[in-house]
Amino acid sequence: MSPASVFVCLSLTLLSDYPVIRVKPDNSGVVTDGVKHSMNPFCEIAVEEAVKLKEKKFIKEVVAVSCGPTQVTETIRTALAMGCDRGIHVEVSGKDYEAMGPLQIAKIFAALAKKEEASLVILGKQAIDDDCNQTGQMTAALLDWPQGTFASEVTIDGEKVKVVREIDGGLETIKISMPAVLTADLRLNTPRYATLPNIMKAKKKKIANMKPADLGVDMVSRVEVLRVDEPPTRLAGVKVETVDDLVAKLKANGTI
Amino acid sequence: MAALFKAGKALGLCVSGCRSLSSLAELPEMHQMMRQTCRDYADRELGPIAGKLDKEHLFPAQQVRELGAMGVMAIEVPEALGGAGMDYLAYSLAVEEISRGCGSTGCVVSVNNSLYIGPILKFGTQKQKEQWITPFTTGEKVGCFALSEPGNGSDAGAASTLARQEGEEWVLNGTKAWITNSWDASATVIFATTDKSLKHKGISAFLVPMPHPGLSLGKKEDKLGIRATSTANLILEDCRIPLGNMLGSRGSGFKIAMQTLDSGRIGIASQALGIAQAALDCAADYAHKRTAFGAPIGKLQAVQFKLADMAVAVESARLLTWKAAMLKDAKKPFTKEAAMAKLAASEAATFCGHQSIQVLGGMGYVTDMPAERHYRDARITEIYEGTSEIQRLVIAGQLLKEYAS
Repeated sequence: MSPASVFVCLSLTLLSDYPVIRVKPDNSGVVTDGVKHSMNPFCEIAVEEAVKLKEKKFIKEVVAVSCGPTQVTETIRTALAMGCDRGIHVEVSGKDYEAMGPLQIAKIFAALAKKEEASLVILGKQAIDDDCNQTGQMTAALLDWPQGTFASEVTIDGEKVKVVREIDGGLETIKISMPAVLTADLRLNTPRYATLPNIMKAKKKKIANMKPADLGVDMVSRVEVLRVDEPPTRLAGVKVETVDDLVAKLKANGTI
Repeated sequence: MAALFKAGKALGLCVSGCRSLSSLAELPEMHQMMRQTCRDYADRELGPIAGKLDKEHLFPAQQVRELGAMGVMAIEVPEALGGAGMDYLAYSLAVEEISRGCGSTGCVVSVNNSLYIGPILKFGTQKQKEQWITPFTTGEKVGCFALSEPGNGSDAGAASTLARQEGEEWVLNGTKAWITNSWDASATVIFATTDKSLKHKGISAFLVPMPHPGLSLGKKEDKLGIRATSTANLILEDCRIPLGNMLGSRGSGFKIAMQTLDSGRIGIASQALGIAQAALDCAADYAHKRTAFGAPIGKLQAVQFKLADMAVAVESARLLTWKAAMLKDAKKPFTKEAAMAKLAASEAATFCGHQSIQVLGGMGYVTDMPAERHYRDARITEIYEGTSEIQRLVIAGQLLKEYAS
């Protein structure tokens, strides 16, 4: 019995190789206006895995989901061009978007997965702008579904999923039942470039629109960001001539 | 008109053509996505190897296959024949982005799309299209275009490659010069005359597979730039092809060549834009980092003026190129605009290549930085597919026609 639909949950992040990210003058966050945004690299890997599973005929339909302002539809459209069948845009903007964190997003994804009867929810392991690494895990907990995080290999075996996970000690292989939540790690796959014909086809694919309220999700944040600061400027180093000098200096400033 | 434009926009077409250049402040969504895909590919796959391809004169076969899989090697070809089914504006954007990563690869893409597939798409029979276009959409095979000869480049009408009919075959004799992709191609569109006394009206176009008995290749030219492409003579000695290999009608070869070059010019303009942009990017980046007299050199007016002039040259050539592409897509006459685009873009490329080295100073002269490669790659864009001088003649010719009473 092949699982019906897979949800790929996407995050829009600040472009990874953007030259300079600046802290806002009031230290409330980072300047995002005018900064180029794109699909979170780990989410690209998640999309690629979902599309590959569909090509291998393990799943019937891939739905790309994302929460955020209108800009987010571009990300969903890119996922459609990579091979997803349809998209869902959960509109969150303004103050709600600034306060939106992993818990709110997880609530939305969990509500959608339940509503649409997804068999698998695949996310990137973390967003590269906040590095939270929480959304996947929270989504699984809210759904009370098993989770395979930091996946570097995913194999579907009947009603179960075999996941090879990248952990500090090496690789861990687990088998979990579907429905389940997976988060993609770097080595899971190499995302494809959208082909030109697929970009054309993506135009015709549907992106449904909804609000968190439609899913009964309250967007109130339990986290308040007090302050955002730039990392301290790197001080110049000191050159020493010998190893003895090095040890002496390290002892002197209390490092050892 | 507004309703038509809206409908056109919904279909992702630039129906408005030359009238709504203001709409170009924002390209249609599909074109933006396509441009981003090509840009990502160029940054990740071509940029890192472009220097090596240039130094070692390596044809980027793997990359051409990958681009083929993306649909970039046959952008205008309908999906039924294996292409991407997009318009010429999309093609122009794709070639520019690819060329920004690697000028040689951009050239291969342009020659395959405009010069080889272009005439077959326009003048070929359905059978010829299936036989000669479809296998060339995947990147597994590329084609070339053989018009120039040792005795005539700009003077295309003076072709001396001969074609005579013998039974059910054409027999071709002669030499073609400066043929891009020659050593890597699997077929060529070649021009030969069946009757020299008819001058340019005696020229016809033929399709010849490569390799083929009677067709041999001269030595690979050792070029200043676009070194990852192969350029050589095609030597025909009693090269026999079936009668069905004539492209278009007998005697229409010159017309086919000229119309093909019209479109090809938009491709080369796009390649030149990509090279110019790469040169500008290199210079602007360096201006931030290099310090002299106690500050980044980008603070110096001399450098600022150069960067500004480069940016204006590129942006104005780009808009000319987009306009020419949009006119072609709207099936309006575009000969003048295509020539203007090619002229402006190629001169912008050589200008930016030159100024980029100047901004980099000594670093611009060594191969550690890509500025010298952009300078060398740019130079050919003022020469092939119609020299800058020929472009000026074409533009003036069209202009004077407009003013004739």
